[in-house]
Amino acid sequence: MENRDLIIIGAGPAGLSGAICAGYSGFKPLVFEENMPGGLAGEIPVLENYPGIGKGSSGKDLIDRMIEQCKGTAAEIHQFEKVTKLNLEGKEKIIETDKSKYTANAVVIASGRHPSMLGVPGEKEFRGKGVSYCAVCDRVFFKNRKVTVIGEGAHAIEVALYLAESASSTILISLNPRFEAEKILVKRLEEQRINVLTGVKVKEIKGDIKVKSVVLSDKGTSDIREIETDGVFLQLEEKPNSQLARSAGIKVNKKGYIIVDEKGRTNFEGVYAVGDVTDGSVKKVITAVAQAFVAVNDIFEPVIRKK
Amino acid sequence: MLGTNLKHLEAKGEVEEVLKNDEKVMICCGRMGPMCIPVYGVMENLESRYPKIQFRDMDFDMPVASFIKDLPECSSFMGLPFTVYFKNGTVVKATTSIQNEKQIVDILDEVFKD
Ligand SMILES: Cc1cc2nc3c(=O)[nH]c(=O)nc-3n(C[C@H](O)[C@H](O)[C@H](O)COP(=O)(O)OP(=O)(O)OC[C@H]3O[C@@H](n4cnc5c(N)ncnc54)[C@H](O)[C@@H]3O)c2cc1C
Repeated sequence: MENRDLIIIGAGPAGLSGAICAGYSGFKPLVFEENMPGGLAGEIPVLENYPGIGKGSSGKDLIDRMIEQCKGTAAEIHQFEKVTKLNLEGKEKIIETDKSKYTANAVVIASGRHPSMLGVPGEKEFRGKGVSYCAVCDRVFFKNRKVTVIGEGAHAIEVALYLAESASSTILISLNPRFEAEKILVKRLEEQRINVLTGVKVKEIKGDIKVKSVVLSDKGTSDIREIETDGVFLQLEEKPNSQLARSAGIKVNKKGYIIVDEKGRTNFEGVYAVGDVTDGSVKKVITAVAQAFVAVNDIFEPVIRKK
Repeated sequence: MLGTNLKHLEAKGEVEEVLKNDEKVMICCGRMGPMCIPVYGVMENLESRYPKIQFRDMDFDMPVASFIKDLPECSSFMGLPFTVYFKNGTVVKATTSIQNEKQIVDILDEVFKD
């Protein structure tokens, strides 16, 4: 079995940052990514709130630069290799993937989150035929068309703003009556004249061969209404990818987020968690990056001191 | 060009050739985005399991992609990637948006069963 000083699970911003930090310190971390590097950051249309980046860059641009930085170190990324099982009991951790088995002295879990589904009639049938989970991927099909974004929080607003740049009209159905988002985003919604609906429940997505409308019911009066639309973009609250960690005995909170201390340490010695998958994190790229640096420093500090 | 380990189709002649010479072909037409990447990953994994099937990708933004985009079977598609299955040069199935391994394997077993 191949042994590494550090194995990182997930190559989103958190995992890649961990690899950069460890790689630059002279270690040889191995990162497993079940898809290709990027994670949810690949869906960020404009990464405006990342210090030093500004309006012109997307999440993917940042990821591409992170991958380049990794290449300058001994860090190694195994893409399309999913971690399937962890044995964290002993000093030497055992990591099983869908391709092989490895051991490591330390493990960093950076498995992030995944989007949730709405679970209404029409959602599955019209997936790819008007229903989309990725504005960055599918905006191209909705130029000069009517779009509806269903979701909550800053990500839904970002998606609505991004689509409004090319759509003929944009409606945002906010499932949470309180907008938990940066003020600047909320102000832009008004400026862009995006129609915001709250206090409604989505009952169904209707259409023929493509999406034609969304059926809503008023939460107060139960009145039903149907709004015409060509596209429905779902941007619901993401859920943590913590099943693997949970099965290995790592403690999670009620919502499934991994419980860590200020250094990212879990309840197993030598096992850390960073980024969106952790309890109490801010769920932004900058915090994922910072958490990864803190954790990796904590892992290697004793080794570096000994040298 | 797409950053995958699959063989890429970059010219109309290449598409015509593979469809003429190979009985069973799966083409995934997309970009390097979150909905497309998992499909490429599944295809890479399946290549050794299904040696009789030709797995190819195609960049959605290259002119050659009009071959897939203009297929009647893709006329209602509004989600990347467009994935099309050909048997003896004829479309036997087309899907839009992300698909997982089970969904793809089910299609392969159904449309390419001997
Ligand atoms: C639409 C949208 C807009 C956003 N806008 C912003 C913004 O403007 N600014 C901002 O700072 N943040 C934004 N975010 C949030 C940001 O994307 C996340 O906070 C960030 O990506 C978290 O990074 P992460 O590395 O912790 O997790 P992720 O990005 O989720 O990456 C986790 C990775 O782990 C992989 N993985 C999971 N399980 C396994 C396994 N078992 N084996 C191998 N690999 C595995 C996944 O495939 C994934 O690639 C936005 C998110 C969305 C969806």
